[in-house]
Amino acid sequence: MLYAVLSGFILAMFAPWVQRLAGDRSGWILSLLPLSLAVYFASFLPEVSRGEVIIQQWIWLPGMDINLSFLLDGLSLLFALLISFIGTFIIIYAGSYLKGHKDLGRFFVIMLSFMASMLGLVLSDNLISLFVFWELTSITSYMLIGFDHEDESARKSALQGLFVTVGGGLALMAGLIMLGTLGGSYQISELLNSGDALLTSSLSVGMIVLILIGCFTKSAQFPFHFWLPNAMAAPTPVSAYLHSATMVKAGIYLLARLNPALAEHWLWSASLSLFGAITMFVGAYLAYSATDVKKVLAYSTVMALGTLTVLIGIGTQYALIAFASFLLAHSMYKAALFMIAGVIDHEAGTKDLTRLGGLHKAMPVTAIAALIAALSLAGLPPLFGFIAKEALFEAVLSTELYSNLLLILALLSAMLVTAIAAVIAIKPFYGELKTTPKAPHEGPLGMLAGPVVLASLSLLFGLMPFLPDSGILTATVNSISSEPFDFYLALWHGFNLPLLLSVISLLGGIALYHFWSGNRQHIGTLTRQLSRFGPEAGYFKFMDGIVFSADWQTRVLQNGKMGNYMIVMIMTTVILVGYTLLSQYGFRLTLQASDVAFYEWAIALLMVVSVLYAIQTRSRLGAVASMGVLGFTVALIFIHFSAPDLGITQVLVETLTVILLVLVLFKLPGFSRYSTRFEVIRDASVAISMGVLMTLLLLAAIDTQYFETISAFFLEASYPEAKGRNIVNVILVDFRALDTLGEIFVLAIAALGVYSMLKLRAEKNS
Amino acid sequence: METLMAYVVGILFASAIYMMLRRSIVKLVIGLIILSNAANLLIFAAAGMTRGAPPLIPEGATAPLGPIADPLPQALILTAIVIAFGVLAFAVVLIHRAYEVVGNDDLDQMKDTDT
Repeated sequence: MLYAVLSGFILAMFAPWVQRLAGDRSGWILSLLPLSLAVYFASFLPEVSRGEVIIQQWIWLPGMDINLSFLLDGLSLLFALLISFIGTFIIIYAGSYLKGHKDLGRFFVIMLSFMASMLGLVLSDNLISLFVFWELTSITSYMLIGFDHEDESARKSALQGLFVTVGGGLALMAGLIMLGTLGGSYQISELLNSGDALLTSSLSVGMIVLILIGCFTKSAQFPFHFWLPNAMAAPTPVSAYLHSATMVKAGIYLLARLNPALAEHWLWSASLSLFGAITMFVGAYLAYSATDVKKVLAYSTVMALGTLTVLIGIGTQYALIAFASFLLAHSMYKAALFMIAGVIDHEAGTKDLTRLGGLHKAMPVTAIAALIAALSLAGLPPLFGFIAKEALFEAVLSTELYSNLLLILALLSAMLVTAIAAVIAIKPFYGELKTTPKAPHEGPLGMLAGPVVLASLSLLFGLMPFLPDSGILTATVNSISSEPFDFYLALWHGFNLPLLLSVISLLGGIALYHFWSGNRQHIGTLTRQLSRFGPEAGYFKFMDGIVFSADWQTRVLQNGKMGNYMIVMIMTTVILVGYTLLSQYGFRLTLQASDVAFYEWAIALLMVVSVLYAIQTRSRLGAVASMGVLGFTVALIFIHFSAPDLGITQVLVETLTVILLVLVLFKLPGFSRYSTRFEVIRDASVAISMGVLMTLLLLAAIDTQYFETISAFFLEASYPEAKGRNIVNVILVDFRALDTLGEIFVLAIAALGVYSMLKLRAEKNS
Repeated sequence: METLMAYVVGILFASAIYMMLRRSIVKLVIGLIILSNAANLLIFAAAGMTRGAPPLIPEGATAPLGPIADPLPQALILTAIVIAFGVLAFAVVLIHRAYEVVGNDDLDQMKDTDT
C-alpha cells in the first residue's frame, strides 16, 4: 500500500515529460496509473467485504509513536476506490479540457500529487501521517484552485481556501495530538478500541471541538462553507475531483473514521447534527439562488456535505447505511455533473444557466448523461440517488435529537435539490435554442467518458443495489459503526413514510422549479442582502484585521529606531529577570562597608564621578578624558585586588582606546541634543531600572554560592602539568588555549573589517 | 568591598544604557565603553575580591601557599577586555564610515536602508 500511495507522487515527478512526449494523448496515458490503482484496490474487495481489516506498517519515528502505517477496512477502501476510479476519468477529462494549455504538464504534477495525498489520507492508520497527508491535500488544492494564476480572483479564491482549510488544520493538529495523548496511542486502529478513557477525560470537550473545527473547515460546513463555491475558480476537472468527490470529503472521512471512538460523547452527535443540518439547508438554498452552473453544483455539494455530517451525527444504523449510500451516490453523480458543466462551458462558451437553452440537439450524449445524473441528484427511482434519499429520510425519522428540526430541514433541502436538479438537466438542454458565445457541439470522447460511465453506474447501482451493498457498503458501515450488523439495500420498500416524504419533496421541487426562472431578481436580491451578514463578510473583516494589526505592530515595533528596540529589550529583561529575582530571592539592599579602606572609597567615587561627568558633558574631549579616568580606575581596582595581569592589559587597552577615540571621534560632529525632555526622562527611567536590577542581581550573586568553584583544579595542576607559575596565564594559553585561539580570530576579523572600511570604497556609479 | 562594587556597577550600567539610548552616535560609543567596563567589574565582583594575594605560584613551590584570588574569573575578564577592545575599534570605524555616508550623526536618521 505504501507503493500505491507513493506511485502517485513518483508519476507526478515525471508527468511534465510524459506530457511533452505524448502531447494530446497525455491524459489517457497518465490515467493508467489511477486505473491500475483502482484495480489494485478492487482486488481487496473480497477480503474487506468479509470484514477483514488489513494493516501494514513502516517504521518512521518509533520513539514518538509516529509510523507510516496503513489501514484498509470498508471505509478506507470505499474512499480509495472513489479516489482512484473517479481520478482515472478526471485525468482523461483534464487532458481534453486543458488541451493545448501551456501549463498542462504542471497541472498533471499537482493533480497526481493531490491524488496520492488523498489516498495517503484515507489509508493512514497513524494520526500524524494522516495529518501530514491532510495538509498536503490543502496545499495541492491551493495550487489547483490558483492554477490560473494570472487571474486575480483565482489567486484570491485560492488563498481563501488555503486560509480556511489550513487554519482549520492547525486546530486539527492540536485536536489529533490531544486524541493521541488521551487515547494512549497514535494508531487509529488502536484508538478505536481504547474504550471510555477518551470520553471521560476533562479535556475531551476541547479535543472534540478542535477536531470538529478541522473537519468542518475542510468539508465546508457552516459557517466555513463560503470557501467552497469560490474554489470554483479552479479549472473544471479540479472542481469535479477535489470539490465534489474527494478533498472536501476528507473532513467527512475523518468524522466517520473517528465515529466509533467518539460517538458516545454528547458533544459529538449534538454538534454534528446541528451544524450538518444548517449546512444542508444553507447549501440547498444558495444552490437554488445561484445561476452559474458550477456555483449551483458547488452549493449543492455543500448541501451534500451537510447531509453526510448530519447522518454521522444521528449515528443510528439507518443513518450509517444512509451515510454510506449517500456518499457513494453523491460522488458519482456530482463528479458526472461537474464534468458535464465543464463540457457545456467548453463547447458553448458560457456556464450561466440563464443564457443557455436548447442544446440537446447539438449535444445529445451530454444531455442524456446530465439527465441521468440529475435524476440521481434529485433522488428519483430507479437511480442510486433514490435509494440514498430513502435511506436519508429513514435515518432522520429514526433520530431522537432535534428530530423535528432535522426532518423539516431535510425535507426543505430535498425540495430545493430536486428543483436544482431539474434546472441543471432541463435549462441548458431543452426549451428554445439560445445563442451562446461559441457554436455548441458535442464534447470530445475524453470529456464524455467520465460523465457517461459515472451516470451509467448510478443507474446500474440503482437497479441492482446488491452490487454496491454486498461489495463494499456493508463493510463500510461496519467500520463506522461501533457494533457490526447486516443490512440489504433495496429500490422498493413498499408504501411507507420515507416514500411519502420523497413524493412530497418531489412535488415541492417541481413547484420550486417553476418558481426558479420567474423570480431570479427577487432571489438574487435576497441572497445579496443576506450575504452582507454572512460568514464570508466576517472572513474579509478578519483578513483586513490581520493586515491592519500587522501594519500597526510593524510601525510600532519595527520602526527602525535603535533606541526603541533597546528599550523593548531592556524592559523585557528588567521585568522578567526582576520578577524572578524578587519572587525567588526578595529585595535585599545590603552594604558591608566595614572592611572598605578610605582609598578604596576614593577609587569607587572616582569611577562614579567620571561616568556621571561623561553622560552630562557637551565636550567631546571631556567625555573621552573621563573615559580614560574610568579605564584607569578600573585598572587600579584590578591591581589592588590581586589581578596584576588584568591591570596590565586594562592599562594597555585603555591607552589604545583613548588614542583611537581622539583620532576618530574628532572627525565627527560635536555632541548635539536631539532628545525632547520626555525622551530624556523616559530613557533615564529605563536606564535606572536596568542599573537597579544589575545591583540587586550582583548583591544576590555575592550572597549566594550554589557550588564550589572549579578553580581548585587549576591551582593544583598549574605547575605540575603546565609548568607555569602565573595561573591566569596558564589557563589562557594552556587549559583553555582553544578559547584564546578563537579570540585571536575574532580580533583578526575585526581588524580586517576595520581595514576594509578604511581602505575600500564603493565604486561610484557614473 | 563587593557590596560597594555592586552599587558602582549598577551606576555604570545605568549610565551606559542611558548613553546608548541617545541619538548621537558618539554618545553610543561612550555608552559602549562604559558597558564593557561595567560587565568586567560585574564578573570581578561576583567572583569575590581578595586583597594582595595574586594567583601566582612562588619560586620553589608546586602549588600556591595559602589562600589566593580565584584565577578563573580573571582569565575570563582578560579575554573580555581584549574582545571589548576589538568590538570598540570596529564600532568606532563603522560609525565614522556611516557618518561619512549618511552625512548626519543622528541615529534616527539612519533607519532607512536606502541612503
